[in-house]
Amino acid sequence: MTRYLPWVGGAALVALPFVYRSPYPLHILIIILIWSFAYTSWSVMGRFGLVSLGHGGFMGIGAYVTALAWNYGHVSPWIGILLALLAGAGLAALVAYPCFRFRITGHYFALVTLALSGIVLQVITATRDYTGGSLGYTPERYHGGSSLWALQFSEKTTWYLIALAVWAVGLYIWHRVDRSMLRYALEAISEDEDAAAATGVHVTAEKLKITVLSAAMTALAGALYCQYQMFISPDTVSGISVSLQMVFAVVVGGIYVSLGPTIGAVITILMAEVLRISFGTRAVGWDNLIYGVLLVLFIVFLPKGILGSLLDLRRRATWISS
Amino acid sequence: MLGMYGMYFLYTVYHQPIWLAAVVCILGVGILGVMLHVLVIAPLLGAAPINQLLATGGVLFFLQSAATVLFGIEFKNLGLRLPVLKVAGMFVSYSRLLAFAAALIGMVLVYLLLTRTYTGTAIRAIAQDRQIMPLMGVNSRRIYLITSGLGGALAGLAACLLVLQYDVHPFVGLSFGPITFLICVLGSLGNFAGGFVAAFVFAEIISVGGLYLDLEWGYVFAFAFFIVMMFVRPEGLMARRS
Repeated sequence: MTRYLPWVGGAALVALPFVYRSPYPLHILIIILIWSFAYTSWSVMGRFGLVSLGHGGFMGIGAYVTALAWNYGHVSPWIGILLALLAGAGLAALVAYPCFRFRITGHYFALVTLALSGIVLQVITATRDYTGGSLGYTPERYHGGSSLWALQFSEKTTWYLIALAVWAVGLYIWHRVDRSMLRYALEAISEDEDAAAATGVHVTAEKLKITVLSAAMTALAGALYCQYQMFISPDTVSGISVSLQMVFAVVVGGIYVSLGPTIGAVITILMAEVLRISFGTRAVGWDNLIYGVLLVLFIVFLPKGILGSLLDLRRRATWISS
Repeated sequence: MLGMYGMYFLYTVYHQPIWLAAVVCILGVGILGVMLHVLVIAPLLGAAPINQLLATGGVLFFLQSAATVLFGIEFKNLGLRLPVLKVAGMFVSYSRLLAFAAALIGMVLVYLLLTRTYTGTAIRAIAQDRQIMPLMGVNSRRIYLITSGLGGALAGLAACLLVLQYDVHPFVGLSFGPITFLICVLGSLGNFAGGFVAAFVFAEIISVGGLYLDLEWGYVFAFAFFIVMMFVRPEGLMARRS
């Protein structure tokens, strides 16, 4: 029964927009899917103790490279996204390789990546003649509205299906990593680097692989967000606050389970939306207030996150009953 | 951020004398530091260090939003203008001189506390090995509380000095926080002279870069400098080579 559950759930998600096509809930779903993919990208490396605060930077690069290539070079986003992936992966390799080579780990790795996302944010702001600075940036509209070549669609259903597909690919990558040798190597590394190296694990190469993979996925999330929203600003797609937002949502949802980041995205985005709708401008700050309290409580009492703890409960229940 | 708001409310809204406001703020933020330790850090002492970092991030989120809800997002300032000193064609405001002097005095006092007293020695020892110290007859709980209170009080002192120069808003902490981290690590954690030099170098890079290009480029260079220095000298600028 549980073997078919993902397929049934997937089919239901694909069928959803054809049955129910109210634009606002669909918009929220698309946003949730895109951010879920971004959070999943982070957790691919975050679950091995590689806490990166640079993912806001990778996401910003993904969004801005795609948009700039389209506006200035008239390059189709299909190629632009490829460029964005290369740029994100390249930057990750450039910073991560010396980090791993010189054994910068834990807090220090988090700080170096924090500085990296700071750099990306400031460069985007400083090159305001090209990127619009903190006022934000808009990719030019294609004349006809929808176009496959320009990757612009006016139909929300199309976007929903695209976001769903990318999200599913993200989960697929997560599971592939989960079942690969890479996972065992990285778990060994996160326990003890010297012992892992002594058993023949190439520490630097393995860590570099997962970092580049994670950064490229995050850049894709940024590009997707840009193509869907048609508006990006340094504060919404890059910088330290976006990095922190990723880490926090993943921790709340559950860092060691594949659907954890998705649950984190659902909870945080829905909470912000519900508060915004029911209280309007009076609720400014309340969502983050609740969020901050939840976060501290989770780290202290439920370090495995909501989904992780629920799964643990169920496992214990079945273990007792059998 | 809270210390700066405290100064703003005590001085501008409740018209208390400024020295009283400063003392109350330093003590108040010190108590907050102790509370943070008891409520958040102490339960996490056994967990992975990264969890402590994330939990304090959550507290930051909470405090920022609480300030937004309570005080609004308007920029507030003390409305206090200190005279400007003119030396050899350079204009130096008294508020900055005062900040410089107070920071120096604070630093020397903490340095003396850490090196010359029993408590200070215990703090330095516990930073080296948390498990062994209780065996040596040191009450580690008490030392943690003292350290957290001291750290909070110093943040309160910084708030009193910053509020003389900058406006207060709920997100003001975020503009100092990351840079503070970077400077501490750059100058080797727990090394006073190192922290001082690192802060100086960082400030110079940002100001000089900002003078010739844009302020943002100054930050870009400073962050890049940090990353490169981490590769070249991961133990910090001033650490002795072992």
